[in-house]
Amino acid sequence: MEPFRSVRGGGVRASLAGAEASLLRSLVGQVMALVEPEDREPGLGDDDELAALEAMVHGPGAEEPPEDPVLARLLPDGYRDDPDAAGEFRKYTEPGLRSAKYAAAQEMLDTLPDEGGRIQLTQDQALSWLKALNDVRLALGVRLGVTEEFEEQWSRLKPDDPQWSAFEVYAWLGAVQESLVQALN
Amino acid sequence: MVVSAAPAEVDLPRSADKPVSDRPWVTIVWNDPVNLMSYVTYVFQHVFGYPKKKATKLMLDVHHKGKAVVAAGAREAMERNVEILHGYGLWATVKQDK
Repeated sequence: MEPFRSVRGGGVRASLAGAEASLLRSLVGQVMALVEPEDREPGLGDDDELAALEAMVHGPGAEEPPEDPVLARLLPDGYRDDPDAAGEFRKYTEPGLRSAKYAAAQEMLDTLPDEGGRIQLTQDQALSWLKALNDVRLALGVRLGVTEEFEEQWSRLKPDDPQWSAFEVYAWLGAVQESLVQALN
Repeated sequence: MVVSAAPAEVDLPRSADKPVSDRPWVTIVWNDPVNLMSYVTYVFQHVFGYPKKKATKLMLDVHHKGKAVVAAGAREAMERNVEILHGYGLWATVKQDK
């Protein structure tokens, strides 16, 4: 991968190998499957207006936090130590949050070339990449039980450990996101 | 307007609640092991329009102290902040200030 750089006149660019593009596509797809609004019918598309309409049609969402720890991290409580307020907040914000995360992930996929290669993003597209990449890192981080001592956790694993390559992917995603933040600054 | 559903807001104010309801609401961001420090700083700049220096200080507070108050004001505005920050994957909550 060629890291992200800012482009004169606005936006950012980078270059990805084919295998890196497929990896990103697969990981982003997994997050989309998790956050996809529950009432969404397949094939309906993903634009914001449609999602907002669906939320109106289907009404407020659940009040209980998700049981899956990954989903609970992607859709966290809005209040601590106040389950009633957290439930009310979730009921009115979770459908929109799911739609927003889904839309950011979709925009990332739409601007990710199938075979890899050069990527050029506007500022808005870059923001979607930042959010979608972060959601992938959150999901993977929760699954791996990543702590602040990530490097030590990784170094304790043997290279033939099944988790070793997942830590490598996690570290790579961090580097990609870091380069994107720096390019936007 | 996005959220203002909590019963406490709908009920008529009771005199006993007065001192409590006068306290401002705050947006808190909690430390987590995944979000990059540079990313958190960027989000504070982008979402709140804070200068880099202030955004960096808040990020360091989150990192070293475990949490930081990043904004204060009306409850609805703090709920909107939290909703936006959740969109960025930050771990944010609303609280009435003490």
